[in-house]
Amino acid sequence: MDLAFLADCFLRIVPGIPMTLALTALSVSVGLVFACLLAAMRLSGNTLLDWPARLHVFVFRGTPLAIQMFLIYFGLAQFEVVRTSVLWPYLREPFWCAFGALMLNTAAYGSEIVRGGLLAVPCGEVEAARACGMSGFLLFRRIVAPIALRRALPGYGNEIILMVKATSLASMVTLVEVTGLAARIISTTYRVFEAFAVAAAIYLAINFAIARAVAALEWWLSPHLRGAPPPAPDLRLAH
Amino acid sequence: MPAWLVAYWELMGFGPRGWGALMLQAAAMTVAVSSSGFALGALFGALAAWGRLSGHRIAAAIATTYTTVIRGIPELLVIYLVFFGGAAALGWFHRLFWGGEGFVSLPAFVAGFVAVGISNGAYQAEVFRGAHAAVARGEIEAARAVGMPRWLIARRIVAPQVLRFALPGLGNCWQLCLKESALISVTGLVELLRQSFIGGRSTRDFFSFLLTGAALYLVITTLSSGLFALAERRAMRGLRRA
Repeated sequence: MDLAFLADCFLRIVPGIPMTLALTALSVSVGLVFACLLAAMRLSGNTLLDWPARLHVFVFRGTPLAIQMFLIYFGLAQFEVVRTSVLWPYLREPFWCAFGALMLNTAAYGSEIVRGGLLAVPCGEVEAARACGMSGFLLFRRIVAPIALRRALPGYGNEIILMVKATSLASMVTLVEVTGLAARIISTTYRVFEAFAVAAAIYLAINFAIARAVAALEWWLSPHLRGAPPPAPDLRLAH
Repeated sequence: MPAWLVAYWELMGFGPRGWGALMLQAAAMTVAVSSSGFALGALFGALAAWGRLSGHRIAAAIATTYTTVIRGIPELLVIYLVFFGGAAALGWFHRLFWGGEGFVSLPAFVAGFVAVGISNGAYQAEVFRGAHAAVARGEIEAARAVGMPRWLIARRIVAPQVLRFALPGLGNCWQLCLKESALISVTGLVELLRQSFIGGRSTRDFFSFLLTGAALYLVITTLSSGLFALAERRAMRGLRRA
């Protein structure tokens, strides 16, 4: 292993980190809003809302992200309507196309996680709240949302990590991020392992940080599961 | 028929100017590369799960490193590693044994399915490990009590049940395989995504081609999840469900 080349690879790949993080942060946060919307549509009991949400989830979970990204980046531009629309300044940019595909994709997967969390709220809790006279938004805010959040959080943490990995596809639509930079070094120097090791280490570090952050959030959100602190030792018995 | 449908059929049909046959061929290539990758992944996954469960410290450390690292990095990176790393290794062998010179490239199909196998194996290892944990201890104790040797227990008692409990998880892994196979297009293998892209580029109609490609992916994923559901029902036929 050539340490000088390894350092060189590191310096050349690090500038891709902001793009990877920006794509992840934007698509996960906007995707979460859409995921909640889709989950609400699925659970609304209204067929006209339910079916579009079902279709979205079916299509975006049943096709590869790469083809979704290509459809937005290459496919939409051929329509006159799109090129003259207000969205064109965005759809022309590979960044916003990649963001759009990632966001719609994570919304589909995320909506199932959110829906699962909402369905996992025990009936008894809701009944008890109703018996106390809570209803509507108060019931949702105090009872349903906190329980659903805790149930959905582990699954959503996995989804965020999958999104970090999925941002690597942005290199297929010309964006310069960690995987794209590593691939560029590999395909020009034919020295595979140094660039691979640097890129892999960066992804592992990001994903490890996210996993720890989600675990910490989970810990912070479930004080009732932490168990009682160990009792103070009874010093009288020591004498 | 509306005009756009006639135009679409001419483009995507099976006539002299139609791309239908090529698209179906590419879909078959997607299925071929995904299923070879899935099979290789089953091998890697079984080995890694065995390493984790063997109690052997070095084997467990290797298996844990493999599943943690591979599941933490993008599949695209694994594909680049296998494609270019395989070429570098081949070139090295070529120089060493035959005194050859120059660049030896790894066939895109081989690079593709090996890369898919490596990444999918890490997920399958976790599925197998979970399924192994679901096998009742009593069954193994009973097998030992009637005097079965270890390998016979593994073959008659553990393996069939692990496969049964692993089926739902393996179905998810297969879907991952299918979607990852789209990324192999970066190596130049003409599978569904690559073919849709080529067709779109040469006819300047990316939208029709990519949408058709996406529809074919949907057909493949829907059919195969149906098949997995059937297999699950068949595997569970001897079990009483609560």
